[in-house]
Amino acid sequence: MSLALKALKKSPWVFHVNTGACNNCDIEILDCLTPRFDVERFGIVLVGSIRHADVLLISGPVTKNCLPRLKRLYEQAPKPIKVIAFGACGCKCGIFRDGYNTVGPVDKYIPVDAYIPGCPPKPETIIAGVVKVLGTL
Amino acid sequence: MVKKIPIGPYHPILEEPEFFELIVDGERVVDIEMTIGWSHRGIELLSEHKTWDQIPFLVERVCGICSASHPYAYVKAVEDLLGIEVPLRAQFIRVIVAELERLHSHLLWTGLAGHFIGYNTVFMWAWRYREPLLDVIEAVTGNRNHYATYRVGGVRRDLPAEEIPNILKLLEVIESKNSMLTKAILDDPVIHARTKGVGVLPRNKCREYGALGPTARAGHYDIDGRRDHPIDAYDKVNFNVIVCETGDVFDKAVVRQLENFESIKIIRQCLEQIKDTEPGDIWTEIHEVPPGEGHGMYEAPRGEVFHYVRSDGGNTPLRHKIRAPSFNNILTNEVSVPGNTVADAGLITAAVDPCYSCTERVGVVDSQSGSRSILTEADLIRLSQEKTERIRKRLARSRLGV
Repeated sequence: MSLALKALKKSPWVFHVNTGACNNCDIEILDCLTPRFDVERFGIVLVGSIRHADVLLISGPVTKNCLPRLKRLYEQAPKPIKVIAFGACGCKCGIFRDGYNTVGPVDKYIPVDAYIPGCPPKPETIIAGVVKVLGTL
Repeated sequence: MVKKIPIGPYHPILEEPEFFELIVDGERVVDIEMTIGWSHRGIELLSEHKTWDQIPFLVERVCGICSASHPYAYVKAVEDLLGIEVPLRAQFIRVIVAELERLHSHLLWTGLAGHFIGYNTVFMWAWRYREPLLDVIEAVTGNRNHYATYRVGGVRRDLPAEEIPNILKLLEVIESKNSMLTKAILDDPVIHARTKGVGVLPRNKCREYGALGPTARAGHYDIDGRRDHPIDAYDKVNFNVIVCETGDVFDKAVVRQLENFESIKIIRQCLEQIKDTEPGDIWTEIHEVPPGEGHGMYEAPRGEVFHYVRSDGGNTPLRHKIRAPSFNNILTNEVSVPGNTVADAGLITAAVDPCYSCTERVGVVDSQSGSRSILTEADLIRLSQEKTERIRKRLARSRLGV
């Protein structure tokens, strides 16, 4: 295991992007940081810039407006990066599948390492998902 | 020198993407331009291809925080078309879920506003005390968010009688914590310094821009759909409409905090009255939707949600129109932001409780040379937090008499 991967495993920094979700996934992600779940104990921190991130967390079906930005974010991300499609919409577009402004699930455009299903996934599910992703390293 | 600062379309702590362009002269904002439509998913058209009973699940996902208000307005619209009355027990359950949502939404906003001004303690407190509330919601509806409670003609899930004592107990916890949080906000000199007189939205501008909900009520514009057009069980409960005077960010926070107590009051009255109704009587059977049109409105945590449906007698609506309150409220930034500093702009745009989305970058565009320097959203929050730090130090110095 390289030094970079080892460091990543100890303290994964997460960058969260919403590509047209309904907010609920975003709220549950923020909820993980607050006292009841407190993922910062495990070194998991939400960061404000993609250039600091080890994990890219994507919620929402990809809308036409957001697609170029999502692709650019992925290009800007330092590799290796783990990509997690979050929520029913991130995994398979969910209820917005047939929408005219929805251009498809995340994995149609960028490679995805893990899927966390649910609408929205509970904080426990989120933590379990991140732990599983780290287990694959 | 006049510069343009684009904020958005993404933002790390708020939801739904929105795009603001601040036109600044030095540190002072002189004008603001807004572009919306980033999170457009075509819900109205999707809705026209779903059956009447499927649509509540779709409109729940218009906005994750208002996931009781949209289905509520929608089912009222269809019931208006049908001209039916909902069983009393279902009416109470509807009101309970809607008020629980208002509580969680207001606490969520208080937390985010605290984070914005650099008071992460307020953020952690508010979100911590929101957790027992989510437990109550889970007990009543079966899910933490996206309640799937509303259906045309009633509700999907009955409230078990044995849950009521637990809910009352948790409400007591929430009430005492909320009063502690309210006192902390009302007494804190730093919060006063950061929010009083900032982002003022006067009453006449509220009317002009059609502001709704707490944004309007903070500016002494006394409108509340729950009192003005009571639906379901709202005419069977007593509550006050909280109205403040000046319409600055502080008042917007106070209105939301005090409304939490009113919501708890409403839930208690509903839980008391629901005991007299028949368990299991939660749905009026509907066989078909005749041609016609109907409208429904509900006072969501952010203001009035309005739904309109037209039917041609088929199993899907011919037209379904949704109007959400954030649309009106976001436009009021045009009044409240200019004249304030860039450090306050983030707080003021957040004070109307818009739904924005996650990640954001900010670029400063020099209008004369056209050069562009990219700031991250973290810089905006940093600017805001630094201002709080300066105020805190100044207050500490004045207390010491230095």
